[in-house]
Amino acid sequence: MVPWSYYTALSAVLFVIGVVGVLVRRNPLVIFMSIELMLNAANLAFVAFGRQLGSPDGQVIVFFVMTVAAAEVAVGLAIIVAIFRTRVRVSVDDLTLTRW
Amino acid sequence: MEWGVFVALTAVAVGSALTVIVHRNPIYSAIALVVTFLCLGGYYILLQAQLVAAVHVIVYAGAIMVLFLFAIMVLIPGREELGADPLRWQRLIAVSLGLFLLVEVGFLFRTRLMPAERPSAAPGGIEAVGRRLFTDYLFPFEVTSVLLLAALVGVLVLARRKA
Repeated sequence: MVPWSYYTALSAVLFVIGVVGVLVRRNPLVIFMSIELMLNAANLAFVAFGRQLGSPDGQVIVFFVMTVAAAEVAVGLAIIVAIFRTRVRVSVDDLTLTRW
Repeated sequence: MEWGVFVALTAVAVGSALTVIVHRNPIYSAIALVVTFLCLGGYYILLQAQLVAAVHVIVYAGAIMVLFLFAIMVLIPGREELGADPLRWQRLIAVSLGLFLLVEVGFLFRTRLMPAERPSAAPGGIEAVGRRLFTDYLFPFEVTSVLLLAALVGVLVLARRKA
């Protein structure tokens, strides 16, 4: 059996990839995908912890995370499409409306 | 056997996750993200969380990625990120900060959050999860429906404003 610490290490790696994606990319859609990556890394850690502790709670939490992720994606993509529909470039650097 | 599957899944998952953030075309990013999600489903099966694996594949690889592809097609990709990044140094700082975060999280897992490495009892299958969801977690479960309703109404408002 694979030790649970390998799963937490893997989830840390996936989370960091998501963080770097948010920081580096300029396309709002790819930034959103990176956020999904981070949420999934957290889910993997939850399931791994739940397995190690012999408790189903970890799996229950995953369902709530998935619900939040689904709501977030639906609203977020609606906002992104509403903002960038009329623009030529799809880049978050162009969103300077509220910049001081 | 389990080790072989784990190593193969890890190679594919990390590779496709990197493809998500590196590839210039968002459609390829989305497809790489689907591959990552499928690998995560494999991990859930390895962790004996079959219900989570099934729901994960249906919700993420099915519903959420279809939404992403719709958004990509509406926005017509390919015109983004033309020309040099005006803030090139940002990239370097972001990657180094990411590595720092990785070291930090690894340290945290090693020192603080380490339950004893014992051969754990299986957390129970679908039955245990369902029982827990509808007893101890009943209230959060019901609140979830309000959240989904709010998201539904919000999306409708956003979509109507354009018309």
